[in-house]
Amino acid sequence: MNLLTELGWMLTDPFMQRALLAALLVGASAPVVGTYLVQRRLSLLGDGIGHIALTGVALGWLIGAALGVAPEAFAVPGAVVAAVAGALAIELVRRRGRTSGDLALAIMFYGGIAGGVLLIGIAGGSNGNLMQYLFGSISTVSGSDLVLTVVLSALILVVGIGLRAALFSVSHDEEFAVASGLPVWLLNAMVAVVSALTVTVAMRVVGLLLVSALMIVPVAVAQQLTHSFARTMGTASVVGVVVCVTGLTITYFQDVSPGATIVVLAIAVYAVAAAVRPLVARRGPAADPHPDLPDDVELPPGPRARTDQEVCT
Amino acid sequence: MTERSTEPSTRPEPVIEVERLHVHAGASHILRGIDLTVRKGEAVALLGANGSGKSTLVRALVGTVAPSHGTVRLLGAGLDADRVPWERIGYVPQRAGARTGVPSTAAEVVASGLLSGRRWWLPRGWRARVRTALDEVGLADRASSAMHVLSGGQQQRVLIARALVRDPDVLVLDEPVAGVDRPSQEAFAASVRRLVGRGVTVLVVLHELGELTELVTRAVVLRHGRVVHDGAPPRPRAAHDAVSHRHVHPHDDEARRPAPLTQNPVNGSTEEVAS
Ligand SMILES: Nc1ncnc2c1ncn2[C@@H]1O[C@H](COP(=O)(O)OP(=O)(O)O)[C@@H](O)[C@H]1O
Ligand SMILES: [Mg+2]
Repeated sequence: MNLLTELGWMLTDPFMQRALLAALLVGASAPVVGTYLVQRRLSLLGDGIGHIALTGVALGWLIGAALGVAPEAFAVPGAVVAAVAGALAIELVRRRGRTSGDLALAIMFYGGIAGGVLLIGIAGGSNGNLMQYLFGSISTVSGSDLVLTVVLSALILVVGIGLRAALFSVSHDEEFAVASGLPVWLLNAMVAVVSALTVTVAMRVVGLLLVSALMIVPVAVAQQLTHSFARTMGTASVVGVVVCVTGLTITYFQDVSPGATIVVLAIAVYAVAAAVRPLVARRGPAADPHPDLPDDVELPPGPRARTDQEVCT
Repeated sequence: MTERSTEPSTRPEPVIEVERLHVHAGASHILRGIDLTVRKGEAVALLGANGSGKSTLVRALVGTVAPSHGTVRLLGAGLDADRVPWERIGYVPQRAGARTGVPSTAAEVVASGLLSGRRWWLPRGWRARVRTALDEVGLADRASSAMHVLSGGQQQRVLIARALVRDPDVLVLDEPVAGVDRPSQEAFAASVRRLVGRGVTVLVVLHELGELTELVTRAVVLRHGRVVHDGAPPRPRAAHDAVSHRHVHPHDDEARRPAPLTQNPVNGSTEEVAS
């Protein structure tokens, strides 16, 4: 049996089909949101939200146990609600004053984990139940999981790509956005909500502990290759899809953690891009970066001053 | 109104109206009762020493600083209550914002000037408009350069292009030519001249009138958060003296001697500063 037939078998496996579709959507959407977070220097926001989402998972578990239904049923909705609330809270703190945003994020890191462990115990579960959310469980994606993933990813992509001009303006220069009459508060809240949704969607694929890596590392790769915001976003999205699908395919053949494989792959791509960049940058025509303008100072005539060219300011 | 509207002496409608504007930041009282009206077609220079409140006034005008007292109206719309037509107002802040985590090209930054409260998406044909605006500031060939590789003066010109790209009826510029070389200043003056010729109203914060001396129809001088002169532009020599004198003057000077509330002629103000 050669590799192609093996891949063919993989594609006929319904579990694998669902997992691949989920990985594809998450790989495409997480870096789109990550681009805005990196632009705002909020690279760690995804981690903060991920920790809060863990409390949400446990809270959902607790509610499920109290209602006497399957405890997992409310885990993902709980994560969505907690993540959105947490992201909006961080955004509020950020608006109040930039210095305390860092502390708020730290408090959410610790509070999120502690709350999750505490609540899962009260719900009668064990920390082991949290593992699948912390490290991902893409091989067990069910039909209804997939529907939720498709709907949320579509929402993330519609907001992240459809509103990219306005979100760029707000993230690039908030003062100018205000002076343009853009609804800055609403747009910032949208970034927060979309970040929260990304975390909960990617939770199944790479796990809460590695969600942020999937949002940030592809952006770091793209930054090695381009200086344009739009191209950074596009490249990061392509890198996200490639590493997610490739990583998942590897785990079909090798019994390794999908989330960790995807993130290690992404970092490997980053290392390659960083190594290749100097070689690429040196290629291309050597352009004179100096504008062809007259000097601000009068130069006395002399052998070194040729006023018609090569004089730059 | 006794004047007929066809008379050239008829005063055009006000574009910027500031009444009894006070701005506080924490304990400091930055603007202390500013009254200022700029009418359609005027080119007004806002002068004053560092820290006199020029940027704060401009930022209160465009809504990025909240007044603690008083009202601001732009194109007849109150900043607090009405819907201001922001797409008709071009704003050039004093400095490019802090460098963001993801680089962006000059064209992308200029394109963000096409958005407003009514338009969250780039309009059709935005590329051509961005190119025209960059051409206006002499940077057409740097459209795809990253902002952070441009020089400070070039970045400043990108910000001017970002304000021009929306084809504004009102331009508010905060020290647009600080750190910009002489030829670019001349090019900027030529752009402003063209705009004023088209009927655009201009309020520009300047350190010295420089290339814009001929263009400016009126000068407003701020000192310690108050308007100390509103009238004919000071002659270059006097203005230069005044500016250099104020440079060496400590800001807490006011604690000892309150700045006069009345609007002084320029010659008078020069003497007072020197006192
Ligand atoms: N957010 C703020 N908090 C405290 N002080 C401020 C703030 N913004 C401006 N100031 C102070 O107000 C004064 C006027 O500032 P500014 O309007 O930037 O002056 P200008 O533009 O005329 O140089 C300065 O002394 C400045 O330090
Ligand atoms: Mg200033």
